[in-house]
Amino acid sequence: MNKSLRALAKALVGSMRDLLPVVAVVVFFQLVVLQQPLPNVAQLLTGLLMVVLGLTFFINGLEIGLFPIGESLAHALARKGSLFWLIAFAFALGFGTTVAEPALIAVADEAAAVAAEAGVIGASEKEQTGYARGLRLTVALSVGCAIVLGVLRILKGWPIHWMIVGGYVLVVVMTSFAPREIIGIAYDSGGVTTSTITVPLVTALGVGLASSIRGRNPLTDGFGLIAFASLTPMIFVMGYGMVAH
Amino acid sequence: MLWNEVWQTLLGTLRDVLPIVAIVGGFQVLVIRRPVANLRRVLVGIVYVVVGLALFLIGLEQALFPLGRLMAAQLTDPAFIYAGLEQAAGAVHWSDYYWVYAFAAAIGFSTTIAEPSLLAVAIKAQKVSGGAIGMWGLRIAVAIGVAVGVSLGSYRIVTGLPLHYFIIAAYIVVVTQTAFAPRLIIPLAYDSGGVTTSTVTVPLIAALGLGLAETVPGRNVLIDGFGLIAFACLFPIMSVMAYAQISEYRARRQRARLGE
Repeated sequence: MNKSLRALAKALVGSMRDLLPVVAVVVFFQLVVLQQPLPNVAQLLTGLLMVVLGLTFFINGLEIGLFPIGESLAHALARKGSLFWLIAFAFALGFGTTVAEPALIAVADEAAAVAAEAGVIGASEKEQTGYARGLRLTVALSVGCAIVLGVLRILKGWPIHWMIVGGYVLVVVMTSFAPREIIGIAYDSGGVTTSTITVPLVTALGVGLASSIRGRNPLTDGFGLIAFASLTPMIFVMGYGMVAH
Repeated sequence: MLWNEVWQTLLGTLRDVLPIVAIVGGFQVLVIRRPVANLRRVLVGIVYVVVGLALFLIGLEQALFPLGRLMAAQLTDPAFIYAGLEQAAGAVHWSDYYWVYAFAAAIGFSTTIAEPSLLAVAIKAQKVSGGAIGMWGLRIAVAIGVAVGVSLGSYRIVTGLPLHYFIIAAYIVVVTQTAFAPRLIIPLAYDSGGVTTSTVTVPLIAALGLGLAETVPGRNVLIDGFGLIAFACLFPIMSVMAYAQISEYRARRQRARLGE
């Protein structure tokens, strides 16, 4: 009991240390640069307390829940030896976690507004909703494909840098053909697809797979799934823009 | 009022977790067909993750986000930038926005240190590499990358230079570095681009970008407001590879000195 209490205290101190820089930046800019008093100090402090507690719980939950389940599933699928189910799982994980992502929904709605203003699609609400839904499905599809590609890479041991460089070349080539309004959104959509719960699970999947296949190194082969998940949306969204506009 | 928000956030987080639990559970039951080891512990862990993330988001919404957004608006306000000075009609000089760049860098760095998904990747990387890639080294390297990226991204919005020039130039640097960086770090470096931008960083950075695009004369919110996140994704790749290159260089020099 004493031991777990001490572990908890240590975790809390760690969370506080993680949070200290943000607090320092906000306080400095408020007091020194903008020269205004801090509003609602009581609310600020309770909020910070919740953030510290929340971070501690989250990290603890990762270690006992998300990481083990991700890795054990990767091991079990690798042992089963069925390529089909492994690919199906990879796709489902990428697609399923992205399609309902709130950040993506926000970006898709914004993109529909841009397209309507540019006169690419009609300004009616129905057309905008349709455009936004198409974009969301495109991004979710691209993340599903990304995780599948990443898993195939781990299985085959393909070198990651050629694939990423190839992706970059594709992005650059497509940028010169894609409609101008979609470019900013396409570039940003790469960043919004990977949520805080998806990242640990996908990382555990990659590392688990790489460590259960002979001849793969968890460090050089296990990472890289998220890199694909943030590259393919750019390509797919620009493609969507070229088709839809 | 607060309870309503707590409830909403908790529901939102649950909705995020639900597809994951459904997919993982479905595969476990239908395909693997074997009970999960330590099922109870895993379930407790998932509850911790949901509760922790919800608390984290509510706390941020209570404490930091309103202030951060207000700050982004105030710092980009022409009244602050031209305080006491006569603004030359319509002419904006990029150097007038120095506090904006400083704020962009500081907030990019500090929010990245607090980013839970980066923490998750750093924990894994330290474990997998047997401690060769330190948690703090990786996190600080990524945070420096985000700081530089967001700061440069703000400069781009102020000057109105096209986004894709910067992105293409950054790609060229990344590709060149890839050729020279130690092999071990490359996948991790590519990954760190995607993990930096989630719960903490995106809301504040997006507020900064939109604030800038709204107040700088001649910028269009819809065209110029986007793109900061792309910068925040690209620059960590460079800084993580640079971190590995510097560590390798120092290790080699030390070996050379010992050899003498």
